[in-house]
Amino acid sequence: MPLSLQEGYHVNSNTPSDEYLIPLQLTWSKGVLEPAGVVYPKPRLEKYQFSPDKPLSVFSGNFELLAKFTVPASAPAGPAAMTGKLRYQACNNTMCLAPKNMDVAIQLDIVK
Amino acid sequence: MKRTLQYLAIAAIAGYLAACSFYSAEWPSIKEEKDRKKAPEFVLKDANGQDVKLSDYRGKVVLLNFWATWCGPCEVEIPWFIDFQREYKDRDFAVLGLSLDDDGWTSVRPFLAREKLNYRVMVTSEEVDQLYGGVNSLPTTFVLDREGRVATSHVGLISKNTYRQEILTLLGSPKNENPPVSSNRPPDLLRADLFRPGR
Repeated sequence: MPLSLQEGYHVNSNTPSDEYLIPLQLTWSKGVLEPAGVVYPKPRLEKYQFSPDKPLSVFSGNFELLAKFTVPASAPAGPAAMTGKLRYQACNNTMCLAPKNMDVAIQLDIVK
Repeated sequence: MKRTLQYLAIAAIAGYLAACSFYSAEWPSIKEEKDRKKAPEFVLKDANGQDVKLSDYRGKVVLLNFWATWCGPCEVEIPWFIDFQREYKDRDFAVLGLSLDDDGWTSVRPFLAREKLNYRVMVTSEEVDQLYGGVNSLPTTFVLDREGRVATSHVGLISKNTYRQEILTLLGSPKNENPPVSSNRPPDLLRADLFRPGR
């Protein structure tokens, strides 16, 4: 899943530096496939005006998430879809935006 | 020689304009009294379960700060607000914090204990956020005059001295009691959607 963040903004990585920070998290609704984990990119450790001494674990710019699934034996062949949510919380150098849940969907074709 | 002087003059004017725009977001920006609007009333519970009614603060200068535990820039400002509360509480001044944390006191209460906040904090509601213009960028701070009117507001991290100067001005102190010194940049413009469609 390719993602592109507006210049100047960052989101916390899936493993933020502070317990209070909201991680980037991709979750899937129940569907025809079994979620088998998400591979997140290696986060960057960046310092910001509001955190000049303690680097934060973030994603910025263009990055990709890799979602893994297994196909249950009971899954019917043919077109299918999986839907989920991408939860993120973004900041720039001076302010933060409220956390958001973005709908995500993938279309796939199950071949047996 | 004449041309050189012209270049110098142009450079000086450009520098002056750049300095003006740089400081415009930082220098205290208190509205004229005639332009101030009444801050919307609210009643919310503080950490002790006591009602906090904004109009009860009439007669005081109030710094009303919307924040959240997940907001890094807010965490920078909180120690400043603790200082202001301590320094000016006996001069008819109060800080009120309104948290936007989704899970409310579950996150806020431990944070208050950890950071030792000395001012009243409430968990805000969507209704109150809307009354204040739909707060969705943090920190967002309103400084109210003694009549409960919004004298100035800021979105994003600014300098401690800017706040101090605004508070002192509204408290009726001489303007130069603590002149602002800052190197913060003005906040970027808000964007509705941060994520663009996939490449």
